[in-house]
Amino acid sequence: MRKIILAIVAGALAGALVAAPAAAAEKLKIGFITTLSGPAGIIGKHMKDSVELALEQLHGKVGGLETEVIFGDDQFKPDVGLQVADKMVKDDKVQFVSGIIWSNVMLAVAPSVTEQGVFMIGANAGPHELAGSQCNRMFFTTSWQNDETPEAMGEYLQKKGVNDVYLMAPNYAAGKDMLAGFKRYFKGRIAGEVYTKLGQQDYQVEISELRAKHPKAVFVFYPGAMGINFIRQYDQAGLHGKIPLYSAFTVDQTTLPALGKNALGLWSAGYWSSELNNPANREYVTAFRKKFGYTPSYYGAQSYDAIMLIDSAVRAVKGNLADKEGLIKAMEKANYASTRGHYTYNVNHFPIENFYLQRAEKGPHGLVMRIEQTIFKNHKDAYYQECKMK
Amino acid sequence: MNLQLVLEQVLNGAQLGVTLFLMAAGLTLIFGIMNLVNLAHGSFYMVGAYLAVTFYGWTGSLVLGTLLALPATLAVGVVIEVIALRTLYERDHLDQVLATFGLILFFNELIAIVWGRVGLFTNLPDWLSGSVDFGAAFSYPLYRLVIIAVGIVVAGALWYMVTRTRLGMLVRAGASNRTMVAALGVNIRQLYTLVFGLGAGLAGLAGAMAAPIYAVQPGMGDAVLIQAFVVVAIGGIGSIRGAFAGALIVGMVDTLGRAFLKPALATLISAPAAQSAGPALASMLIYLLMAVVLALRPEGLFPARGH
Repeated sequence: MRKIILAIVAGALAGALVAAPAAAAEKLKIGFITTLSGPAGIIGKHMKDSVELALEQLHGKVGGLETEVIFGDDQFKPDVGLQVADKMVKDDKVQFVSGIIWSNVMLAVAPSVTEQGVFMIGANAGPHELAGSQCNRMFFTTSWQNDETPEAMGEYLQKKGVNDVYLMAPNYAAGKDMLAGFKRYFKGRIAGEVYTKLGQQDYQVEISELRAKHPKAVFVFYPGAMGINFIRQYDQAGLHGKIPLYSAFTVDQTTLPALGKNALGLWSAGYWSSELNNPANREYVTAFRKKFGYTPSYYGAQSYDAIMLIDSAVRAVKGNLADKEGLIKAMEKANYASTRGHYTYNVNHFPIENFYLQRAEKGPHGLVMRIEQTIFKNHKDAYYQECKMK
Repeated sequence: MNLQLVLEQVLNGAQLGVTLFLMAAGLTLIFGIMNLVNLAHGSFYMVGAYLAVTFYGWTGSLVLGTLLALPATLAVGVVIEVIALRTLYERDHLDQVLATFGLILFFNELIAIVWGRVGLFTNLPDWLSGSVDFGAAFSYPLYRLVIIAVGIVVAGALWYMVTRTRLGMLVRAGASNRTMVAALGVNIRQLYTLVFGLGAGLAGLAGAMAAPIYAVQPGMGDAVLIQAFVVVAIGGIGSIRGAFAGALIVGMVDTLGRAFLKPALATLISAPAAQSAGPALASMLIYLLMAVVLALRPEGLFPARGH
């Protein structure tokens, strides 16, 4: 009996598998990879919610085509990310892969996807390899190159004439890139440069050391939980308000709910904020808050933009997904209502965009990053000249 | 390098030490008495932190929240022991590792479902949030001093319980020779449940006290767990005294290593080399220490008697 049931089930499954591609031929398929499990799952949630909002606003039709978005969880691991992407490309036959938070995952996934003739639309990670030597026509990103945000912070402190800045970051590739980016524009005295263990919880030791050096300002890169720990302990050590704290990718809408008043008045740099005043952004933020009940982050805005960029390109080629040249030409125009306002693409398919000084303040919807001033107008990354686009 | 900074770092080391002690005390007893490798011990730390934040929200009092979190985590520990771990005592360590690793995943997801993936916000009440000034040049966060004090008080209470009470006698006997204790007619099952609950409660207390200074989010206990295992290995399995000494040693070595290894190296090798070697070596220090202790004294520094 059991064998018979098994045979029937197997038969039915096989039938379904064979039947599927035929029905799906006219469909647009997008594979969206992010981290949905573990502590970083909060970032994935911001991204996934934004993709769902974009789909809802396009009535389920990206570029006018019936659309299916397949979500994949990379579990914060490059090998898992590559596996998920491979499955999307080979089994699900997606035309676009998008998302990806982490640079190491991106470096594993992007070359493999583009090599197989599928578009890779990055929605966060911007490793310098992809902006420079390994740039690719099939790769676009709606975010930034990693170094640009700390560059903006460095430029601001340089212009302000601050000296004796104390730098801190976790001891791994992106941490060192961030401080290198900062130092590319900041030429003043550096009071100390400290690398801590990746994922460290307690910073009291380093904070004691920092205090003893009497710096005039502190710049840190501590994404996720590390930032929550550091900023809380910085506040408890009585340094908040005494030594100005500047950061990149540390104070944002994924950490502000946990930081609360510990973050009040802290500065950050970024190309986007929920407070950025343009029609597309107002519409996105309002609709997002209404649907999900919390304020979106740049992770979300980039993901929303990725879907809208694909939408604009597919419309431009009138739904002819086989016209890859047409799709590339259309995306290079960035002809859609981006949440950051109008921007253009550089030769390496990274945005040329503005970067703003932002400050955590209380708004009617809780803490937000208010925009204080523009640091960079139409900023280009430091690697595009190394890009020999074929 | 000045004296104030050294003193401040010693206090930092003591604070890490007592937190590790609260974790390691339960871990070492569970390991020593029940012969159970409990990877899920960090989950009780996390559960304690979440419950403390929740109770703090309900009652409006941090002290009450922390005090309520202790018995609540103890109860969670008892429930887990009764429904999940009882069947594992006779199995080998690999099965236990597998099952308790499963519990880590279970708790991380459960917490994410109940409280969401965003870290919880807590803040210290005003009377706890300031710093204490020691002279002119050196101040230290009051709350961290409170953690050190609570840790020392709990260590004292635990020492009294283990050495002076009947329960403690059974615990010591269990750590030395389980079979004999059972043969003497002690209800070993009840003892197991009690010890497990107590261990979970202590981990919960550590988590509850950590809630205002660390990110309260799923998976927060996993990092502490590894250090707590190092403490148990250094101190000796089943020994409360060993856990206390081991925790303080690990706390001090880790803290002072992070603080002073880089400047110390910089006097020997070039500054840029010290810049990259210092942090890397500092984070290895406690594992090197463990390797040395295990090589010289495989039983740990203060092994439970009769092992």
